[in-house]
Amino acid sequence: MQVEDKKEFRPKIVAFCCNWCSYAGADLAGSSRLSYPADVKIIRVPCSCRVNPMFILRAFERGADGVILCGCHPGDCHYSTGNFYTRRRMTLLFSMLDFIGIEKGRVRVEWVSAAEGAKFSATMNEFAEKIRSLGENVRLGDIRCRS
Amino acid sequence: MQELIKRAKELLADGTAARVLGWRRGDLPYNPEPAFFEKEEDLDRFVYDGFCGANLSKMMIEASRLEGKTLVFLKPCDTYSFNQLLKEHRVDREKAYIIGVGCRGKLDIEKIRAQGISGITAISGAENDGPDTLKVRTIYGDRTVNYGSALLGRCHVCKGKEHKICDEQIGRSRDTKDADPYEEVRAVEAMTPEARFAFFQKELGKCIRCNACRNVCPACSCRKCVFDSTSFDSAQKANVDSFEEKMFHIIRSFHVAGRCTDCGECSRVCPQGIPLHLFNRRYIKEINELYGQFQAGEDPEATSPLTDYLAEDPEPGIIEERG
Ligand code: SF4
Ligand code: SF4
Ligand code: SF4
Ligand code: FES
Repeated sequence: MQVEDKKEFRPKIVAFCCNWCSYAGADLAGSSRLSYPADVKIIRVPCSCRVNPMFILRAFERGADGVILCGCHPGDCHYSTGNFYTRRRMTLLFSMLDFIGIEKGRVRVEWVSAAEGAKFSATMNEFAEKIRSLGENVRLGDIRCRS
Repeated sequence: MQELIKRAKELLADGTAARVLGWRRGDLPYNPEPAFFEKEEDLDRFVYDGFCGANLSKMMIEASRLEGKTLVFLKPCDTYSFNQLLKEHRVDREKAYIIGVGCRGKLDIEKIRAQGISGITAISGAENDGPDTLKVRTIYGDRTVNYGSALLGRCHVCKGKEHKICDEQIGRSRDTKDADPYEEVRAVEAMTPEARFAFFQKELGKCIRCNACRNVCPACSCRKCVFDSTSFDSAQKANVDSFEEKMFHIIRSFHVAGRCTDCGECSRVCPQGIPLHLFNRRYIKEINELYGQFQAGEDPEATSPLTDYLAEDPEPGIIEERG
């Protein structure tokens, strides 16, 4: 039985959460005792637009199987317009990852407010499920050389 | 070419320009190099022919810091890059006297070699107002090459022969556009994700990280670049870490997204023949489709798409949803 358990794929997921909405949303999920997978590691950032696309690539290079970026709903950014820039930037990054043949769905952006503890929990559960179905990230860590 | 030299001498003599930025004959018949000319007699080595593909606009960053104006020769596509540099405050318009030079397309020596030609010792007929046939002298005898059959890939998708910025114009141009710039991108998009991945792994695996694509790019003009290594000499060319090794191409192309004019220099200089324009054009194509038609360098006043937004922009999820 123990051997069986070891074989089970446990995805490594990095969640960048903006301080003002999504991180507070995660907090609310916790205090409301709503569960989300322990495989999700949260990194707090001041605003979703603090996330340089390189952070996402770096997370994959370091072994992440999925990366999700959460911020305030468009129009609600604590710094007024930060997440509007995030949106274009991430759309183009995701588009490039798709172009070079990385499985779609390994990256995601979700808007979660401080009041949406339930949405936070549901989003993370669903995202973890998606990554579990995609399996381990092999391609993005290895776009060059080895084949 | 003589007309350009004559005009350059005049502008040096009357004090309009303190120096000239152009191309100088190289040590082979097909490798002229960008050069500054300070004195009239130096211009004896000036050349402008089919091999002058090099875009001189980036060198105007350096020239903008010098005393006096620099006379610079820009081809139609180079003027887009100059405009983009102007917009980013990297060059000083007041320090430039721009002569827009005509262009009938630039040559790719590899396409001449691919016609079974080697041991080249001389090439004639490459002048901008030259004939349709190049005469190539080789150590194995004389050969001829049709000018149009040896054009750089970028000239087949030329943005047009209008100079977007210049003080005067010299020389005639010829229409060379006969392909859709996004055709190659679409061909890749049509493959399965597995095939795309294999394709890019094969192409990018050839990269030797010489940094030529970055160094030549007019959009890559940061004073401090993420790819600069703190090491000296040959070590600075090596990858700083495995992250850079793996992600270089994604990062490089992302950094120029929205600012790349599609000047084609990166693909021209890559010693490994990696189709770098595929990355740039994929971004341009996506930007046009998602945020509206945009051509970097067309108008130095326009806001670039990545420093702009609309409340109704699509969500990043569109990439996954659109299938
Ligand atoms: S020019 Fe080509 S080989 Fe050199 S770093 Fe760029 S992609 Fe790699
Ligand atoms: S990325 Fe290539 S095509 Fe684009 S501006 Fe730079 S050198 Fe020119
Ligand atoms: S690769 Fe990026 S950091 Fe380096 S010069 Fe180009 S834009 Fe700047
Ligand atoms: S502060 Fe939350 S997205 Fe900007």
